[in-house]
Order: sequence, then structure tokens, then C-alpha cells
Amino acid sequence: MPAIPPLLSLRGLVKRFGDHLALDGLDLDVAPGEFLTLLGGSGSGKSTLLRVIAGFETADAGRLDLAGQDLAPLPPHARPLNMMFQSYALFPHLSVAANIAYGLRRDGVPRAERERRVAGALALVGLEGLEGRMPQRLSGGQRQRVALARALVKRPRLLLLDEPLGALDAHLRERTGFELRALQRATGAAFIMVTHDQQEALSLADRVAVLEAGRLVQQGPPRAVYERPATRFVAGFLGGANVLEGRPDGRGGFDCPALGVALRPAALPAATTALALRPERIARATAAGENTVEGVVEEVAFRGDDSLLLVRAGGGALLRVGHAEEDGPPPPRGAVLRLGWEAAALVPLAA
Amino acid sequence: MRATPAALLTRLLPAAWLLALVAAPLLLVLAIALSWPADGVPPFTLPWSGGQGSEGRGANPEAFALILGDGFYGGAFLGSVQAAGATAALCLLLGFPMALGIVRAGPAWRGPLLLAMLLPFWTGFLPRLGAWIGILRDEGWINGVLLSLGLIEAPLPLLYSTPALLLGMLHAYLPFAVLPLYASLSRLDPALEEAAADLGAGRWTAFATVTLPLVAPGAAAAFLLVFIPAAGEYVIPELLGPPGAQMVGRVLWQEFFQNRDWPVAAALAVLLLLALLLPILLFQRLEARR
Repeated sequence: MPAIPPLLSLRGLVKRFGDHLALDGLDLDVAPGEFLTLLGGSGSGKSTLLRVIAGFETADAGRLDLAGQDLAPLPPHARPLNMMFQSYALFPHLSVAANIAYGLRRDGVPRAERERRVAGALALVGLEGLEGRMPQRLSGGQRQRVALARALVKRPRLLLLDEPLGALDAHLRERTGFELRALQRATGAAFIMVTHDQQEALSLADRVAVLEAGRLVQQGPPRAVYERPATRFVAGFLGGANVLEGRPDGRGGFDCPALGVALRPAALPAATTALALRPERIARATAAGENTVEGVVEEVAFRGDDSLLLVRAGGGALLRVGHAEEDGPPPPRGAVLRLGWEAAALVPLAA
Repeated sequence: MRATPAALLTRLLPAAWLLALVAAPLLLVLAIALSWPADGVPPFTLPWSGGQGSEGRGANPEAFALILGDGFYGGAFLGSVQAAGATAALCLLLGFPMALGIVRAGPAWRGPLLLAMLLPFWTGFLPRLGAWIGILRDEGWINGVLLSLGLIEAPLPLLYSTPALLLGMLHAYLPFAVLPLYASLSRLDPALEEAAADLGAGRWTAFATVTLPLVAPGAAAAFLLVFIPAAGEYVIPELLGPPGAQMVGRVLWQEFFQNRDWPVAAALAVLLLLALLLPILLFQRLEARR
């Protein structure tokens, strides 16, 4: 955590919908100007968390503070933050300019300043000249920018983004993601972005927070979370790591019956019950030895920049194995491979 | 591409229906309106086919001339427009909160609530008006209760009044207003009001600046959907309204069945249709835009 006080501080948030516990005692801090992504599957509580922060849902327990101010008693329209909706929620009866000016009008910003700020927001998202357009006559990418401009024109210190790239075509997503990142740097606002797309979460954020069943299971810089997943869920959700179940053999090794071999991780806490092993960390081994296994290729899937092999190990485990393009054509189905990895590639999982 | 027999039938059937049951009767009404008094009652003779009354003079514009020249008929049109306008306005006023309530009640309740609103349609129209007479007349429930409580000494003249007329009209036409309002309210993305709130609008501001303008076409459609049939209403003014209140539907009935002046009655019907053409076209345009 940074030494400066957090902009947003959440403590012990609980939200129930009937029997369903959407948020289960969640703690989270967001620093000023930070880009945080909330990553999780559907039903993980990530959208609920965003709606609780915005005020559209009321937490059953817990504290929300924004810049030291308790948010709980404030209705949504009085909370000094803005949100970009997944559906964009552009007002269909208002022009682009009127959509963007809506929040400034509510604040009673004088007309001249309003027009200047709307023009500034349009320039910020590269939509100059579209002031008079109606939302129905915009492309998906343009709508996304109007929604972003409308949320940013009030200069919030905190912007909530609910799957902001989700409705865009794949070819627009990467570019728009970079633009989002640049906007966040330019405005200095803290962004909390909800996504279920691990690529987005890893590539855009300063910090990734992974949610599972209403709990924060891991948070940290994208690289750290990716390389050192803390739990089985994070290991599987981010990058599809192999999760190898077993137990320490007491001599520094780890018995993994499904692989049929003993593994030798670089570090091994005594209570470890599983290790994560990323597909791209598995390579061909030249000789049998520690941290090697033999297996038969069952499936080969070409993915553009690499191929994914499914390899059945001697003990019955099905390993996901990466095969880089520069290593030549991938082995055919039925080929017998000897695979190996470095000790440091084996990451002990806490749960 | 050649049309299959089934495709041909689906095109022919509506056309035949429109011709036989819409266009032909309309033309017949127009012909009656333009015929001479002796020919304009059954057995009916077309004005240009040389009936006894026509004496070879062709169409007879007298019925239209009479209606347009006599202030009595103009007054009836005005009375109809006023009653229909008031009915439509009341339906809108009452129907909007009802439609909003049904939409906000959540998916599980919407079906049952809509059904409950349409339930009166399952019973006969006349018995329902009869029930209103029973409630409103001098010996009716309301006067009975007020009299027995000693709040009034003589029965209030509730029945055969303008309020009774509007009450009956409201009762009959309210669902016509609620349904289009419900349709346009349920189509609204709930995120729109949330977005308004997020941008600093309180509940009422969000409602007035986002929900209301977006529902306005639906509200106009609801108004017209009530106004158009209400303008020609005959039964409700006859059974509940003040005796002196002249409305087109009532005058039309009197001309047909009391004065037996079919040309004037038919001409009234034609003029009513023409008068309603503007609101009907307006309604069509609103529907096409939605």
C-alpha cells in the first residue's frame, strides 16, 4: 500500500441478495490516480461492488470512505464520483453535446464554461465535430467515447467503469484500451474498471484485484498476480495455469500422483496442497530428471502466436503445455514428449 | 421469385378483408350521405342509378350542407371533442402512475398486474355500466350511505351528470392508456435513470429530464388511442351523461333511429371520420417512430 492515504477505502463490505452473498466482507483501498481492475467471473460480485460504490445498491454492512468522507449516507447523485455504464446508458433523446453537458447542467455550471468543458471533453476522446449527433447515429466505438466523455467532464477523482470495452468489436478493444490508459494518465483520476477479461485486466491496470464469490482473493501488480497466483482459482482464471494437486513428501519434494512423479519446487511451505505451473513455462526436456515428465499429445490447438498442447502425463493428469511458434511446427497428436520446467516455475498455492 | 400459394393467400386475405369489411361499408355510408331522402332508406338506391327521389339529379349535398350550416351539429362535434379530450387527459393522468407502478413492480408481478387491469374486459360492457348506474343513482350506494350517515338530507344528483359521464369513460378507456404507457416505460433502460443520478440528478430531476421526454411519444399515443374511440362514443353518454349533452355519437344515433334521416346520419359518420383522420394519422406517425 502506498504511504499516501487512500482515495477510496472499503472495509468489511457485505451485500446480500436473498440467500446469495454477493459481497462477503470485502476490504479494498484505492490510491489517488491509480488504475485498478476488478477481475472475476460472472457472479463474483464485481459489478455489485461497483454499484455499491456508486450508490445504486446499499451495503448491508461495512464502511465506504471516499477521501475521508463516509459515502454511505449519500444518495448516488450526491456522491463525488462518476460511472461509465456497461450499456453506456447514453440519453437517446439528447445530442452528443447535451449528453456530455447533462452532469454540468445539474451542477449549475454557467453556459459559457459548460460549452468550453464539453468541447474539451469531446477533444479528449477525439470526437470533435460530432456535437450535434444523436446517439442512435453513432458507431459502437463512438458511443463508448461519448459515455467516457460524459463521465469525465465532471472531473471526478474516481471513475467507475463497468466492462467499458465489453461491447466493442475485438479489433477496437486493444486500441480503446490504450486510449483508456492514456486518458487515465491525462486526467489523473483513479479508475476502477470491472472486467471478466484477464487480458484487459493485466494489460491496463496498475493493480489487479481478483474477486471470487464476493471475496477479494488476491491483489497486486498484474505481473506479480500472474506469476505468483495465490489460490487455485486465480491460477486457473489468469492464464489457465495447470494446478497440480498433491502433498509435500517431507524431503523438499512434492508428491503429485496425477503426474506420476515427484516435483521439486524452489520453495515449498509445509501445508501446500497444490502447485501452479503455467503452460508457457513448460519446455521440452532433453533427459529424465527432477521436474520432468513424459506424456502423450492428445490435442493441438493453434492460437496464432503460439499453440496449446494437451498432454496426458503418466499418472493421468492432462497438462496444458505452450508451444512457441519459433520452436517450429507443434508435435502431432499421439507424439510422446518429455517435458520439463525450472523449479521456480512451480508456485505453491495457499488455497 | 414466384409467390407460393400460401404467400399469395397471406397477401390476398387482408386485402379481401379490407375491401369487404372496411372499404365497401365506408363507400356505402358515403353513398347514403349523398343520396336523396326517398332513396336513403332501405331498400336503398344509389344516388346516380336513377332512384325515385333523385329524379336524375345525381348526388345530393344537402345532408352535408345541413350539418355544416347548423350550429347544433357543430356543438355536438365540440361536445365530443371536449368529452374525449377530458377522458384522454384523465386516462393519461391516472394511467401514467399505474403503468409506472406495474413496470416497477418487477418481472414476477407485471403479468398478474396487467391481467388484473384487463380483467373488467372479460365481463360485459353493459353490465359494468349498469353497475355504475346502481352506484350513482339517487337510491344508489353512494347516496344510500351518505343519507344513512346523515351527511346529506336529499340524494345528490350524481347520475346523468358530466362527472358520471367522465367516470364511465375513464372506466372504459383507462386500459387503452395504460398499455401503450406500460410498453414505452418497460422499454426504458433502467440504467438511464441511474446514469442521470450518477451525473448529479435527484430523483425528480432524473424523472423530468430523462424518463418523461423518453415516454412522451408513448404518452401521446396513449392520449390518441383513448381520444379517437371516445370521440365517437354513444353508449356511455346515453347511459350516464347529462340528458342535454350533445355528442356526435348520440346525435348520430338520434338521426338514424329517431328521425330516420339516414343521409344526415351517414354524413355525420363521414364527417366524424374525417375529423378523426388527423389524430389517427398523428397516432400512426408516433407508432412508426417508436
